[in-house]
Amino acid sequence: MDLTSAKVIGAGLAAIGVGAAAIGVGNVFGSFLESAIRNPAAADGQQGRLYIGFAAAELLGLIAFAVAMIILFVIH
Amino acid sequence: MSVAATGTIDPMHQFQINPLVGNLDGSPFVFTNSALWMLIVLALIFLFMLGGMKRQLVPGRWQVAVEGMTGFVESMVTTSIGPEGRKFIPWVFTVFMFFLFGNLLGVMPLALAGAQPFTVTSQFTVTSTMAIMSFAIVLITGFWRHKHRFFTLFIPHGTPMLLLPLVFVIELLSFMVRPFSLGLRPFVAMIAGHILVEVFGNFVIQGINAGGAVGPAISLLSFVFIVGVMSLELLVCAIQAYVFALLTSLYINDAVNLH
Repeated sequence: MDLTSAKVIGAGLAAIGVGAAAIGVGNVFGSFLESAIRNPAAADGQQGRLYIGFAAAELLGLIAFAVAMIILFVIH
Repeated sequence: MSVAATGTIDPMHQFQINPLVGNLDGSPFVFTNSALWMLIVLALIFLFMLGGMKRQLVPGRWQVAVEGMTGFVESMVTTSIGPEGRKFIPWVFTVFMFFLFGNLLGVMPLALAGAQPFTVTSQFTVTSTMAIMSFAIVLITGFWRHKHRFFTLFIPHGTPMLLLPLVFVIELLSFMVRPFSLGLRPFVAMIAGHILVEVFGNFVIQGINAGGAVGPAISLLSFVFIVGVMSLELLVCAIQAYVFALLTSLYINDAVNLH
């Protein structure tokens, strides 16, 4: 296998991590919504924690994206 | 850049730094497009703040907008740090405004007006500089206030003596990774969104060029997709600025209050 095809396959494999992060972000917002509907009065006070959880879940997907970009554009 | 000429999509071209004055190989003073757009961001923030700092008793619309920004940051800082956090408001506000304006300026359709748009927050040097400055504030505040007791930050309450070395190392590692994750997040979020828009924008042009029955249909689908992605990008711009400011104030809270 030559380097170009290996690079493209590797970048595609790295993109799986973005989908996994999508599950994580969906989990964060889904759980928040589930409990916010049960107790709407307490929901507004937890928005900061919601975004911290979102940021932590999103970061791993972004790192997967960065890995894919490094494979595609940095490795020659 | 032009798809018709080369036939390939080059999404990384928009992040290239070009010197406007001087050149990049060893000249002592180089004024790049990155520096130019950072100055534009600074000018926009300056004008925005200038318009709202009239301190009228009955505020106009502009003053309400500016007071909304300052009040938002103030409530964020005071809820996460407490009353002592008021002295950190200038830095958190600076970070928030810089990222908000930098992100939003990057997605504005300035190319229609003939300008060559450039997103300053899509450069890791810029975002990591802000992250390192936040981290430096955390370290200086922590060691200034608590001296060597600052190291108890790495030992959670109720850790068994046996696990203490392991927990200390893990907490220290997670603490040292903070500036990287803080700087990486806005940078990658911006770069990913811009690449996505660029690739699908090229699909629109390529679909029109291909002609036939399928080409324009793909162009139309891509165009509708871009409209959706751009509105999501506007949301991401605000969320990334908010998350950076929020995490900065949380890290400062660690240094001020030690758990």
